[in-house]
Amino acid sequence: MSGSVSVFVRELKLAWSGGGGAALPVGFFAAACSITPFAVGNAVENLKIAGPGVMWIALALSSLLPMERLFQADLEDGTLDAYAGSGIGMEGIAFAKTFAHWIATGIPLAIISPVLWIMLQGPPEASLFVIGASLVGSAAFFFFGSIGAGLAAGMRRGGLLIALITLPLYVPTMIFGAAALYAAATGEAWTSSLMLTGAAALFGVATSPFAAAMALRTAID
Amino acid sequence: MTASSVTSLVLEVENLAAARGLRILFEGLNFRLSAGESLELRGHNGSGKSTLLRILAGLTRQHAGEVRYSGAGQDQNDGAERHYLGHLDAVKSSETAAEQAAFWARYFGRDVSVAIDAMKRVGLAGREQVPGRGLSAGQKRRLALVRLLVEPRPVWLLDEPTAALDIEGRGLVGQLVAEHRARGGMVIAAIHGEGFEGSRTLDVSALPVGALT
Amino acid sequence: MAVMSFFHNPHRFMAGSKWFAWGFTALGVVVILIGVYLGLFVVPPDAVQGDSARIMFVHVPAMWLCLLVYAFMVGASVISIVWRHALADVAAKSAAPIGAGVTALGLITGSIWGYPTWGTWWEWGDARLVSVLVLFFIYLGYMAIWQAMETPQKAARAAAILCLAGAVNLPIIHFSVEWFATLHQVSMKASDEFKYPMYVVALGYLALFGGLTLLNMRAEIMNTRAEMLAQRRQVITG
Repeated sequence: MSGSVSVFVRELKLAWSGGGGAALPVGFFAAACSITPFAVGNAVENLKIAGPGVMWIALALSSLLPMERLFQADLEDGTLDAYAGSGIGMEGIAFAKTFAHWIATGIPLAIISPVLWIMLQGPPEASLFVIGASLVGSAAFFFFGSIGAGLAAGMRRGGLLIALITLPLYVPTMIFGAAALYAAATGEAWTSSLMLTGAAALFGVATSPFAAAMALRTAID
Repeated sequence: MTASSVTSLVLEVENLAAARGLRILFEGLNFRLSAGESLELRGHNGSGKSTLLRILAGLTRQHAGEVRYSGAGQDQNDGAERHYLGHLDAVKSSETAAEQAAFWARYFGRDVSVAIDAMKRVGLAGREQVPGRGLSAGQKRRLALVRLLVEPRPVWLLDEPTAALDIEGRGLVGQLVAEHRARGGMVIAAIHGEGFEGSRTLDVSALPVGALT
Repeated sequence: MAVMSFFHNPHRFMAGSKWFAWGFTALGVVVILIGVYLGLFVVPPDAVQGDSARIMFVHVPAMWLCLLVYAFMVGASVISIVWRHALADVAAKSAAPIGAGVTALGLITGSIWGYPTWGTWWEWGDARLVSVLVLFFIYLGYMAIWQAMETPQKAARAAAILCLAGAVNLPIIHFSVEWFATLHQVSMKASDEFKYPMYVVALGYLALFGGLTLLNMRAEIMNTRAEMLAQRRQVITG
């Protein structure tokens, strides 16, 4: 086990131990979903209309939260310099770190999603599907988010810039994923929407490490 | 490090220039370093010592000129022939010293026992379970040196290796450098104060500077 | 980070671009006015939508141009990343505000044109309009990077990366919005007669874009030159 794999394992440990791991994004996810009834009214019909969409937006924003720190800490303490100076490709580092953070945070977000789904009056039978959709969606959000994280690395308070850069990249996942959730909520077929969401996620996973790596090399320079 | 590849390793720098923003930090730098040699970079703060090391490490792009690592008649510029030690320690505050040493061993594909030996060598035996935030500045610097020891590589690029170290620590760095050179490695270090025995010196602040026209 | 040799001799560009910059700008304004005049007063009202469709003469060319400007920026970004030529950085940076402006113009006129047809000021079911809205945000993000990064060289590199990432994702975004729109079928249509003022206006936009971008680039280069001279004085005296 060497190179990017060891970085992946290290990131996983650091993500879980440092600062409570997934607690903050999961807490934000739950909170954002919980205040929805106050905004759209707590009538069951209103929540059935607004619920799936709001939940998907909240998932996207919760995934965006850890992005600011994704590369920042390593850039600040010289770890990124150490990796780059050892001759390793930044693509592997970007992928390893993003994947580790997705496992540490994205999976917990997906696990808690059915609870929030039911709270927002979604049909409980769809719970397993909601976990699946959230796994796929959060993967897309994390990997597209890593591009923004790479571009804004080294900037203090780069969080807002990350959001501005990343939200256009989120649009396909947003559209397909929300469509899948709405289909599940109304009992219609959700397979094609979920597959499109999966395709968006795969595209993000495959291409974002290259963009993020270019951005990291710029940040180190 | 096989004997043949090490003893024939050569670093050639030709007409190198570095720029930061609109300023040219230095230009027209030429030198050649062979296996077993060491080069000390001297000069006031901001003269470009760190930038030169970063260019040699492949982190920063030079403004002009070429850097060539070659050995056994071939180019070996893929980063696997060098170690870069910046003035930042790359020490994590939440991991223990032993965990970090073990990480670097695994990162380079080595056995964990190598990390244990390295920790003893840099004088951190007994501090293994201390998390990064509990280490003093000098101890963090020693931990940073572990990287150099777990994986042998011919070229060491060191930026202020003795910063924050006490007299013992400085002696340790001198020993490590001497041993490395004896094995055929080469060292380029930006350093204040006492340098290494038998080392060549480059005064970076004496190089021509300029502004982009 | 290296600033390319271009800055050793910007004279060629500066000397060559002066007349083109002002010339294209003036030409663009004139041609746009001609096109707008043709569209407002010469061409008969649309059979289906009446006089309100005249705004398409401003709107449609704006949509064409916002994509063209982005394509220009993509080309400049590729040159910037592969060959590291500072002129490409300046070109992309200079084109961005113009692209953002024409995109906003396209969105606003699209909204105005759509109101009589849809009954609302915005229609999420129109795939092109919505894709262009996302493009507008990409423009904003691009300009924000230039503002937010520490050094111009880092900003140039980061901005080029974002431009390319946006370009790669734009077809996907368009496809996904179109897919979404087919769930709510609405679109804008106009009859095909007498569309020629659109092309006139389009040419005018193109000329204006060229002229304004050149003007921006000249301003940018003059700014950098001033900073360099200040640096040089500091090096000599300091």
